[in-house]
Amino acid sequence: MLKIENLHVKLEEEDKQILKGIDLQVPYGEVHAIMGPNGSGKSTLSYVLSGRDGYEVTEGSAALEGEDLLDLEPEERAAAGLFLAFQYPVEIPGVGNMTFLRTAVNAQRKARGQEELSAGDFLKLVREKAKTLKIDAEMLKRPVNVGFSGGEKKRNEILQMAMLEPKMCIMDETDSGLDVDAMKLVAEGVNALRGPDRGFLVITHYQRLLDHIRPDVVHIMSDGRIVKSGGPELALEVETNGYGDILNEVA
Amino acid sequence: MVGEAKRQATEDRLGALTLPEGGGWLGAARKDALDRLRAVGLPGRRDEYWRYTDPRPLNAPEPEGAAEAAGDDPFAGIDGFVITVDGDAVIVPDGAPEGLEVDTLRHAAGADIHWAREIYGTREAAGSRPVSRPFGMLNTAFATDGVLLRAKGKVARPVHIRYAPGTDPILHHVVKIEAGATLTLLESGTPGNRGNTALEAEIAEDGALHHLRIQDPDPKRHVNTHFFAALSARSVLKSFTLSAQGAFVRNEGTIDLTGDEGSATIAGAAFGRGDFHHDDTVFVTHDAVDCESRQVFKKVLRDGATGVFQGKILVKEGAQKTDGYQISQSLLLDDDSVFLAKPELEIYADDVACSHGSTTGAIDETALFYLRSRGVSKRDATDLLVLSFLAEALEEIDDEALREHVNDCLAGWLSTH
Ligand SMILES: Nc1ncnc2c1ncn2[C@@H]1O[C@H](COP(=O)(O)OP(=O)(O)O)[C@@H](O)[C@H]1O
Ligand SMILES: [Mg+2]
Repeated sequence: MLKIENLHVKLEEEDKQILKGIDLQVPYGEVHAIMGPNGSGKSTLSYVLSGRDGYEVTEGSAALEGEDLLDLEPEERAAAGLFLAFQYPVEIPGVGNMTFLRTAVNAQRKARGQEELSAGDFLKLVREKAKTLKIDAEMLKRPVNVGFSGGEKKRNEILQMAMLEPKMCIMDETDSGLDVDAMKLVAEGVNALRGPDRGFLVITHYQRLLDHIRPDVVHIMSDGRIVKSGGPELALEVETNGYGDILNEVA
Repeated sequence: MVGEAKRQATEDRLGALTLPEGGGWLGAARKDALDRLRAVGLPGRRDEYWRYTDPRPLNAPEPEGAAEAAGDDPFAGIDGFVITVDGDAVIVPDGAPEGLEVDTLRHAAGADIHWAREIYGTREAAGSRPVSRPFGMLNTAFATDGVLLRAKGKVARPVHIRYAPGTDPILHHVVKIEAGATLTLLESGTPGNRGNTALEAEIAEDGALHHLRIQDPDPKRHVNTHFFAALSARSVLKSFTLSAQGAFVRNEGTIDLTGDEGSATIAGAAFGRGDFHHDDTVFVTHDAVDCESRQVFKKVLRDGATGVFQGKILVKEGAQKTDGYQISQSLLLDDDSVFLAKPELEIYADDVACSHGSTTGAIDETALFYLRSRGVSKRDATDLLVLSFLAEALEEIDDEALREHVNDCLAGWLSTH
């Protein structure tokens, strides 16, 4: 499971506290959603967990399967089984999507002491996974995310997730900028990956993604803290009443 | 008028050289170049195009260090007609491709190869106006050998000049592309511990020359190359150089568009670390109507390496409808490395579209994090971003197979250098 305890995070460059004591446990086999108003620290949490520079942990811990994540390099966290689907996937001109995927898959296999996939096996695997996400050969050949539509970028994130088979998937606003069809594809991709050995932390602003990816637990985050947790009905409450009521209630 | 110090430096350098034997047309061309060299002298730090690159390693009468052994052939796997340059001598095998005449400078000295005679030293002299190219002059005067190529039709197989390192070689190649003919010319290797190479090319109407050069990884390379090209109407030149490592590299390109509707591209990608000084100095002259030119240069520098780009587009009076483009970019992987750029436009026609730009940047931290978050090590992620950065320059290689070949070379070298 992913276990976060009393996590306090400030910006490295500024004296600004963003996460003010997060406690969260996501067991394998469960899907947890984090909802909350803009600026509450959801993306920061995902970045701190995956090891992005610019943040300083002042207190608390985060561990995956008992292994402390916070001391690891980003690539080591990935090898340990953590995956972040970016809110804004990055464009990398001149590097083919396929090359990128193969480099990533083989890097992780190597880090885990597994043999690299042969070109043939890799190709077979990519084609199979790409098909269910309706990612065509053309998209696989193009440079990473360059010229991709919003929906294509997000589908590409899910493809990476499917290829890398992480234990803990963090998805940061994967639904933003998606039309209904694209969202269904993304949700199907995620649902196909659900299983007893994998946990999900789905960050979203809106309820609609959760209609397709049914969460086990919903957390509401505000001003760097998780202020309320509950079942899927909590997401519906947000949908009908907005965050105002919940935030007032806990204040 | 050459000052005393410069005159002395020039004479010291010349004193260590001997004019190759043989009179005739070649002797006359050599003497003419020598006179021109004495008139301008070897360059000094104060000369306009030597401010960023110290000419001392080239001025010294003797080269530094010994010649290294040749590395692996980066064009292995490409079916080319391979001409070996072993130090100061050219070795041409039998079986030249159809449509191609091949000879050597050494042999030409005693023969009247009229097409080579007309070009030898002529393009170099033209390329020395208005900016003198003293080491080009020195090359014309003292070259011991060179490859002479004349394409008379569409030559299907690429010609590959492969250098095995020698001691302080001076080599001078001449290429003539006849009307409507095409040739792909590959070069690879390091000519020597200090190499001076010149390539003079004339491309007749509707002809095309594709030039692809790989200066493969050699941390001790000292080399000064000159490419002098003249394009006639509707002809095409595509020249690309990949440089990997090298203590001192100065690649000069002087391209003259002399016929209407010509198209010239000169591009390069370079990467190196530490004691690496890489200089591209390019001068493109538009002297005809409706021509297009592109200069695209990218460098990746780390551990205190230095990159230099000096590029000029000169649009002469009457060269209307010129489309000139120039971009030079560097990626600095640390704060110790520097990129010095001198982009210039000089335009004497009114109906032209010219643009130039130069940028210096660091690695994109967001992209680096993105790759690392997928499990790619910092080093491999950096290599991927280096490839990403250089890709735009590689796009200038027309032939897709060759482009992929160069990309694979580059990827391989990045992971090992
Ligand atoms: N690198 C940064 N520099 C400056 N401010 C930041 C940075 N990262 C996050 N913040 C600030 O921290 C707060 C939380 O941001 P974020 O984690 O992006 O929230 P959310 O994803 O919930 O919208 C915001 O006020 C945001 O402006
Ligand atoms: Mg966010």
